[in-house]
Amino acid sequence: MYTWSFAPILQASDLFLWGAWITVVYTVGSIAIGLVLGLLLCFARLSRIGPLSWLAQGFQELFRCTPLLVQLLWIYYALPLLLGFDLANWAAALITLSLYAAAFYAEVFRGGIVSIDKGQSEAGAAIGMSGWQVMRRIVLPQAIRRMMPAFINQSVTQFKNTSLISVISVAELTYMASIVNGQTYRPLESYTVLAVLYFVILFPITKFADIVESRTRGGH
Amino acid sequence: MTTVPTSGARETVLEARGITKSFGSLPVLHGIDLSLTSGEVVAIIGPSGSGKSTFIRCMNMLEVPDSGEILFRGRRVGSKFRGAGELLGLGELRRHVGMVFQHFNLFPHMSVLENVIEGPVTVQRKPRGEAVDIAMDYIAKVGLAEKRNARPDQLSGGQKQRVAIARALAMQPDALLLDEITSALDPELVGEVLGVVRSLAEQGMTMVLVTHEISFAADVSDRVVFMEGGRIAEQGSPDRVLHNPDNERLKTFLARFHA
Repeated sequence: MYTWSFAPILQASDLFLWGAWITVVYTVGSIAIGLVLGLLLCFARLSRIGPLSWLAQGFQELFRCTPLLVQLLWIYYALPLLLGFDLANWAAALITLSLYAAAFYAEVFRGGIVSIDKGQSEAGAAIGMSGWQVMRRIVLPQAIRRMMPAFINQSVTQFKNTSLISVISVAELTYMASIVNGQTYRPLESYTVLAVLYFVILFPITKFADIVESRTRGGH
Repeated sequence: MTTVPTSGARETVLEARGITKSFGSLPVLHGIDLSLTSGEVVAIIGPSGSGKSTFIRCMNMLEVPDSGEILFRGRRVGSKFRGAGELLGLGELRRHVGMVFQHFNLFPHMSVLENVIEGPVTVQRKPRGEAVDIAMDYIAKVGLAEKRNARPDQLSGGQKQRVAIARALAMQPDALLLDEITSALDPELVGEVLGVVRSLAEQGMTMVLVTHEISFAADVSDRVVFMEGGRIAEQGSPDRVLHNPDNERLKTFLARFHA
């Protein structure tokens, strides 16, 4: 019978806390960059300029149809050979996570925007609004409300995905758990604590997403 | 209608010349000419698929014609939002020519008042206070002053359409295009919307209305245009077109309503 012992793990609690903090930093950072890039990507895709739209779609497909882990390894180990200089692991991690987020957010935004009835933009145009005014005043306010649940779900996924950057030795939560495991030889406790920490952070967020979703369904 | 224009000769407000339009390989309009003088009310009638709605949407360029041109007060309208050279921009055309849609298309994230001030504030850059005064004036005219803070989803179809009319009027347009504005309404709500249109006609508003309400068209319009297969098959005074038609297809079309 296995005897659980959390004492050695608790001694390393500052490692877990620091790791959790780093995970939050990479999540928030890549979400922020991913939002901006995703919005640009989305407008590029909806653009009437053919090549711009294809380029944006190509980028999206590339990042949606390859695993994040492969992207991470490629950008950290392969890309520097083309660039001629090395990327720090933190930079490779942030770039990869952000581009990955951008590809998925762009799809969330696009889905929200195209779901708004065409009559809405026509009504805006009919009172003399420019394309940008229609987007800003009429389409986006309605689209944002509608895309919120998908946006939150994608962000939850993004939080979990940061665990992958441990493979290039970024000292986030998962990396710290493996350090603690290495020092204490207690994988059961180390990785249980790790899982619990992710759960404790993400469970309230998914509950929040459910509330947002039921509110958007119920109207205003 | 016997609206007497107060200012001298009647001026052409909006004119369509040789408008053609196809959707893919399907031709919808085969060269339509129509001119609208100040204070005139033109009713366009015709069977489904005759191109009425496509044509009225060409008049404010929501549908861009394949060929032909739209002129606003004698100025040719271009295809860009901004004017260029002598071509009038779409933005300016639409600031002067309002439109009301079959399905209202109110902005669901805004209150009644916000819907109506949106044009004056965002497009005409009027100060909010002034825009609210103008908007409340029109909201009261369509009889919905007490609903100014309601959301569109709290209104009946007839109320929504009256708000949509107020939204178009708040731009203080030179002409209004009404595209089957009662077709999506329950029968008992049609009257309240037609009442608003009637009083606009009495006040001399220049209007084109695509409608299936034949008796209303007869009553309110100065001229009735019968469209068939993407062409104007007949036009003239309501009395002549609706009561003494000589076009066979028009007779058949009207027989369905008199039956």
